[in-house]
Amino acid sequence: MNIRHCSLVAVVGLVAAACSPSPSPTPPQGGGEQTRAVTVFAAASLTAAFQSIGWAVGRADPRLRAEFNLAGSSTLAAQIQQGAPADVFASADQPNMQKLVDTGLVMGSPRVFATNRLQIVVPAGNPKGITGLADLRRPGLVVVLCAPAVPCGRYALQVLQRAGVGLEPASQEADVKAVVSKVALGEADAGIVYVTDVKAGGVKVQGIAIPDNENVVATYPIAVLKTAHDGRAAQAFVDFVLSPPGQRVLAGFGFGSP
Amino acid sequence: MGRGRRPVPLPIGILAGASAAFFILPLIGLILRAPWAELWPDLTAPESLLALRLSLVASLSATALALILGLPLAWIYARVVFPGRTVLRALTTLPMVLPPVVGGVALLMAFGRRGLLGQVLDAAFGIRLPFTTAGAVLAETFVAMPFLVLTVEAGLRSMDRRYEDAARTLGAGRWTVLRRVTLPLVAPSLFAGAVLCWARALGEFGATITFAGNFPGRTQTLPLAVYLALETRPDAAILLSLVLLVVSLVVLVVLRDRWLGSA
Repeated sequence: MNIRHCSLVAVVGLVAAACSPSPSPTPPQGGGEQTRAVTVFAAASLTAAFQSIGWAVGRADPRLRAEFNLAGSSTLAAQIQQGAPADVFASADQPNMQKLVDTGLVMGSPRVFATNRLQIVVPAGNPKGITGLADLRRPGLVVVLCAPAVPCGRYALQVLQRAGVGLEPASQEADVKAVVSKVALGEADAGIVYVTDVKAGGVKVQGIAIPDNENVVATYPIAVLKTAHDGRAAQAFVDFVLSPPGQRVLAGFGFGSP
Repeated sequence: MGRGRRPVPLPIGILAGASAAFFILPLIGLILRAPWAELWPDLTAPESLLALRLSLVASLSATALALILGLPLAWIYARVVFPGRTVLRALTTLPMVLPPVVGGVALLMAFGRRGLLGQVLDAAFGIRLPFTTAGAVLAETFVAMPFLVLTVEAGLRSMDRRYEDAARTLGAGRWTVLRRVTLPLVAPSLFAGAVLCWARALGEFGATITFAGNFPGRTQTLPLAVYLALETRPDAAILLSLVLLVVSLVVLVVLRDRWLGSA
């Protein structure tokens, strides 16, 4: 009786443990008879902009429907390499796109569709009075960065190196949204993220500019994948992103043009 | 062997086989894909060892904390009738079904620098839990303790209370009864609960990364290291996952046999 109960709890426990980590990609929907669904794997920093583009695509061509799987570029690249059902990949950096080019997963050659720069993100009102990268070294200040494994973390290290600022962050977050949310919640005093993420962070955060000579320009490549189940629909989505209406949407979210 | 052996009805056999395969296939996938040649260099890499050590320290601390805090709770659930007991029990077992990331956010609201209790801790004692090893332990305890509480409560409920009554009539005090009669009688479920709690804490990911962040040697436990390694070194990620699996499997199999008797 007692033992049997324990083993039931054990099974429940193992299932719960197995379910816990990491978000999984959204499965592709079957799609209607008419609509052509495009599954877009896009970098986390594109979240708001691509949702808006998805809406605009649907208005331009009602039969085209875009669905998004948003995560760190390297996570997405790994998912695609493991056979995730993606039609289009939009990366926040070149190395992760190159990984897929090298493994022969990309149709044609990738095209740069946007650029982004870095900013210091602080809670609204800038309570700690941060004016530049050098301030981040101040003792007692809680600074969070992206992990070096993801693009925003790599860029942040480059920026700090250029400014000659060495610091140990309190945390190396798995993606850029996690850095913004730690700052927005007041757990961290500052972070280094993309300009667009500060903009997307709303009224709870504000950005402190990093001068051009210390900053880096992140280029975002996009490509149709060879595994695309509807190559023409996927190409139509990419064409829209590169078209003037698509570029206007991206500019509205703070992205630079290629 | 022998006694009461009957043929298993075919549909049950097929479904049970499918269910076993459902759990075993992913393991086989990991084992087949593992780059065994890199086993030793990957496992002994400084970041792997750091994560492994932190994982052991944090999960064992979380289990100890769960025992200290969870035992009294289980005892009250099993022995005391009070209004709202069902609701309270549901509230304290919520972390079992809550998405762990949500648990992490909730922990920030309570114990974060601006949290309900967190800002008091910060102002009065200068204690900040996020981004610390203590914070990782707290996150693991939050997610894992319900497993211990529920298992021990079940043990206490199914125990024969006449032994306690007998001890009491023979002149034993309440503390002696608890120490010499109750705890030894529920030892199997106590142990099973602690093991489950430990296993869950060892595998904890979402609440830890949300509440405690991720920094090697401080809050980067093995599951976090696996997740980030998946981004740059997928081979190392597979090997680290296997380490986690082997450790958990050995503990579940060996301890179950030793303490609960093989079924």
